[in-house]
Amino acid sequence: MSMRSEEQVDTGARRDWMGLLARADPSRLAALWDRMGDTPGHDLLRAPEIGAVMVRGRAGATGAPFNLGEMTVTRCAVRLSACGTVGHAYVQGRDRDHARTAALADALMQTDAAPRVRDGLLDPLAAAETAARQSRAEKAAATRVEFLTLVRGED
Amino acid sequence: MYVAVKGGARAIANAHAWLAEERRGDPTLPDLTVAQVREQMALAVNRVMAEGSLYDPDLAALAIKQARGDLIEAIFLIRAYRTTLPRFGASRPIDTAAMACDRRISATFKDVPGGQVLGPTFDYTHRLLDFALAAEGITPDAPRAPAPAGPVPHVTGFLNREGLIQPEPETDATPPDLTREPLELPADRALRLQALARADEGFLLGLAYSTQRGYARNHAFVGELRIGAVAVEMDIPELGFAIEIGEITVTECETVNQFTGSKTEPAQFTRGYGLVFGQTERKSIAMALVDRALRWQELGEDFVGAPAQDAEFVLYHADNIQATGFLEHIKLPHYVDFQSELELIRKLRRGVEAGAEGTE
Repeated sequence: MSMRSEEQVDTGARRDWMGLLARADPSRLAALWDRMGDTPGHDLLRAPEIGAVMVRGRAGATGAPFNLGEMTVTRCAVRLSACGTVGHAYVQGRDRDHARTAALADALMQTDAAPRVRDGLLDPLAAAETAARQSRAEKAAATRVEFLTLVRGED
Repeated sequence: MYVAVKGGARAIANAHAWLAEERRGDPTLPDLTVAQVREQMALAVNRVMAEGSLYDPDLAALAIKQARGDLIEAIFLIRAYRTTLPRFGASRPIDTAAMACDRRISATFKDVPGGQVLGPTFDYTHRLLDFALAAEGITPDAPRAPAPAGPVPHVTGFLNREGLIQPEPETDATPPDLTREPLELPADRALRLQALARADEGFLLGLAYSTQRGYARNHAFVGELRIGAVAVEMDIPELGFAIEIGEITVTECETVNQFTGSKTEPAQFTRGYGLVFGQTERKSIAMALVDRALRWQELGEDFVGAPAQDAEFVLYHADNIQATGFLEHIKLPHYVDFQSELELIRKLRRGVEAGAEGTE
């Protein structure tokens, strides 16, 4: 396994897969990961750590930021033994395995193992997420109404 | 002054053991799972996340189970837990214009671009008990329709274009954080919104209702109410760029309020803002009304002495954990305090009796 150079790993693409891994359902991610075979050798640069992130909103949706409340987040950083590639993860919730798997996937996506991770992990996760979002959007669309204002009175 | 007491360890342990048994209820019935609470008591879970000020549905569901359904006790558990977590940082402000809306309604514009979407609402139900729910094994199935693509614009944006509503110019100021610095007055709007977002729903409901009944009336219309999922993005220092760290459901309410102008501001519509974790519609509308009432000073309105205008009154009494902590502590042993009170009363009475004897 070899690491791809910095330029070869597109930041936009990396943002996308890290976000997908962060939002993934932990049990679905674990099942897909197990199906991909043995976990590659790695060191934990940062063992999975559970913490909080303060979520901000904006007054009036567009104005000055304010602190809305916190959410739980678990983070992890790994280095692959074979090539030294570093992977990071910040994932929603408190599942340590979720964070470690996401960090490993982030590292592998920067190596020539990327197509295998894309097929076995990212594509199925993206498909599940798209299907879930589409399902909610379609149920919402079925509740779209047209209100009619009625003219009342004699004249 | 509160003086500590010792003893009672066995009674306390036994009381807690009995509490655990009562929590379990009839052991011949199945034990309630945390996942069941999360999925089927979702609005209770949302309230606990909002007022516990920590977005984590599984934790909120666990807290509700542990608290036997006492939501303020559950919120207390969440608040205690969150203090144990290291803070990794703060997110970028969430973009509610990009929300995937489950529900989106406007009470001000019938033909609002993007449409009126009712979502999974109690509105227009008849509030009749549904005895069919008492039977088990019902799996409802919601109808579907083709979904339009893309995000739905904010209603206030349309009024903004005509210059008829007070604008909310974007800034990148770092907001104050009442979980780090004690809440002090005067509190700017960012601090007030943080306090209101985690405030007790019942307290805000009562205050908001008081403004509708005439105590600092501000003629609120729900310009828009939207509920749905938004991405949470955070800048990651070790990466040097921002990534999405998750997705949360929030309820946002923007009120449009009549405003005839003041010494400093022209006649225009003004705004109140509510933003709350989860599907929490009542709380979000109440928050928007109270936010608007608290803005009297910056809009050049008169202080008419209404409770909802009084930032000290609202902000110092809106937190149900502070309130219940102080309220409930008076049931704990106060024997020493009370002994001294007793002594004082006896002494005063002795003085009066001695005086009465003296005049005879």
